[in-house]
Amino acid sequence: MQETPRIRMLLGLADDALIHGHRLSEWTGHAPTLEEELALANIALDLIGQARALYQATGLPEDDLAYLRDPHQFRNVLIAELPNGDFAFTIARLLLVATAADLAWRDAATSDDSDLPAIAAMARNEIAYHIRHAADWLIRLGDGTEESHRRSQNALDALWPYTGELTVGIDRSAWLGAIEAVLERATLTHPADGWMQGGGRDGRHTEHLGHLLAEMQILPRSHPGATW
Amino acid sequence: MTNTPLWEVFVRARNGLAHKHVGSVHAADATMALQAARDVYTRRGEGLSLWVVPSNAIVASDPTDREMLFEPTGSKIYRHPTFYEVPEEVGHM
Amino acid sequence: MYSQALNTKDAAAADTSPEAASFQARIDAEERIEPNDWMPDAYRRTLIRQISQHAHSEIVGMLPEGNWITRAPSLRRKAALLAKVQDEGGHGLYLYSAAETLGVAREELVDQLLTGRAKYSSIFNYPTLSWADIGTIGWLVDGAAIMNQIPLCRCSFGPYARAMIRVCREESFHQRQGYEIVLTLARGTPAQKAMAQDALNRWWWPCLMMFGPPDTDSQHSDTSMRWKIKRFTNDALRQKFIDATVPQGHFLGLTFPDPDLRFDEASGHWQCGTIDWSEFRRVLAGDGPCNRERLAARQKAHDDGAWVREAALAHAAKQQRKAA
Repeated sequence: MQETPRIRMLLGLADDALIHGHRLSEWTGHAPTLEEELALANIALDLIGQARALYQATGLPEDDLAYLRDPHQFRNVLIAELPNGDFAFTIARLLLVATAADLAWRDAATSDDSDLPAIAAMARNEIAYHIRHAADWLIRLGDGTEESHRRSQNALDALWPYTGELTVGIDRSAWLGAIEAVLERATLTHPADGWMQGGGRDGRHTEHLGHLLAEMQILPRSHPGATW
Repeated sequence: MTNTPLWEVFVRARNGLAHKHVGSVHAADATMALQAARDVYTRRGEGLSLWVVPSNAIVASDPTDREMLFEPTGSKIYRHPTFYEVPEEVGHM
Repeated sequence: MYSQALNTKDAAAADTSPEAASFQARIDAEERIEPNDWMPDAYRRTLIRQISQHAHSEIVGMLPEGNWITRAPSLRRKAALLAKVQDEGGHGLYLYSAAETLGVAREELVDQLLTGRAKYSSIFNYPTLSWADIGTIGWLVDGAAIMNQIPLCRCSFGPYARAMIRVCREESFHQRQGYEIVLTLARGTPAQKAMAQDALNRWWWPCLMMFGPPDTDSQHSDTSMRWKIKRFTNDALRQKFIDATVPQGHFLGLTFPDPDLRFDEASGHWQCGTIDWSEFRRVLAGDGPCNRERLAARQKAHDDGAWVREAALAHAAKQQRKAA
């Protein structure tokens, strides 16, 4: 695969959406309420749909990209591949990632790429709801009980070092402003920006991605050339 | 432990139509009830507008009053246009 | 079916009151019964049990298929499967809503499931071992469910009938996506075809059991028929299912795991061999391959979600105090 700068850019966006969508789909059957089962599945379906549109925009077969690349060829940010943790972790990550994605899609909407503006038009509506849903939940978890507050704060503390690469290429202060507005209502705080994890865009991932892909890719990998 | 409140959900399929009752959801508050209603009841383009109403806010007529409340109207056929005769030559009225 | 465990043990005690007579007259006239209407206690109990068992089946049914969401072999299949399992959650929710109109809270119904007091369909206690199981479940399990659910759209209890109309409309894609998966496998590599055959071998008999015990064993189902909660007998629905699916299986080039399966020219029906009802009773009683796992998974989701539900309620209470 010849990874032109355009393909590399598209893969970054697509892999973020696919891997995060995959993680959210793992909640199916295990969410804290029945209503939230449907909400998380909706968000996962949005993200998988965005990933497909972006893979298709590369002109390469979408399933080859999703199922036949090795971990080091994936371009997603590390935060997307971290295991789900508890519901607070999942919701906090969704807010951090979706808020960044919103800013990235804003730029994509006005790019002169042949496909991106149309995909952005669809994705931006979806992401706006993801932000709304995640923010409203985080406000409730942060402000709810002692336990939910503690879990939410722990989640933010654990996630923060992964937010560095999330804002590469977008305005971090705009991102931070949007996050802080939610955290204030949630009575939560974020750690100061310090050392940040990185490497996802260059294919250097956490240990988790290999396991995720081993599971996701097992059928196409063990039946080469088969149609599904 | 307290049960999570129940909300009745009403969907407007498109502008020009009234909101129609479609079912219920559980949610701790109105904001989350609206989101749940969106996620549960509008997954196939069913609506453009949503109402959620606390189930316990609905006041219903008593079914045993049905005859008292709704039977008397049955004899008032003069409220319907077909009660009146207009010659055919006059045309549609 | 999804409420197959319903043995209608409490047949209506002969109620000779005038209310009961006018209730039955309304049912006979195909009128719908609405939640606030007078109804016999046994009708209410039967409905709560049937609707909630149906709801539990949808919710537990998310687990065997959910098992393959993360391994769906293409992005198209992944999206379709996730949407389908999500639908099942939605259908469980619609059904709990319908049951709640009868005056029982969802929390109570869920508690009945988790404590083993309420049953769910035996079919979901079987494991999904290969991708072909996902296709086979869509084709056969959803096919069986649809056979049962279409008549329920005319059930005498309004909220149940309305929920079923919504469910049937949404479910129309489930069986087709399942059959498409099996068809793709049946036309695929030898390994894929073997996968499809193995899935049919494992699912066929449990699917026939989904319709519940033979009519000769369910002596009280006439009460449900009289109340128009049920409109066809177990055996009638099972036969309809066999007649519909056997030719579909032959089109796939698959063999049914029943040496006695044959077409009876005289009746125009496919006749199957003897169903092993001891397996059905065993699985329903708790000793199936996955009974314990399924309930444990539901219990874990319930326990892990407790702090979330409490947090949402605590926040709502704080907001209300602020507003007051």
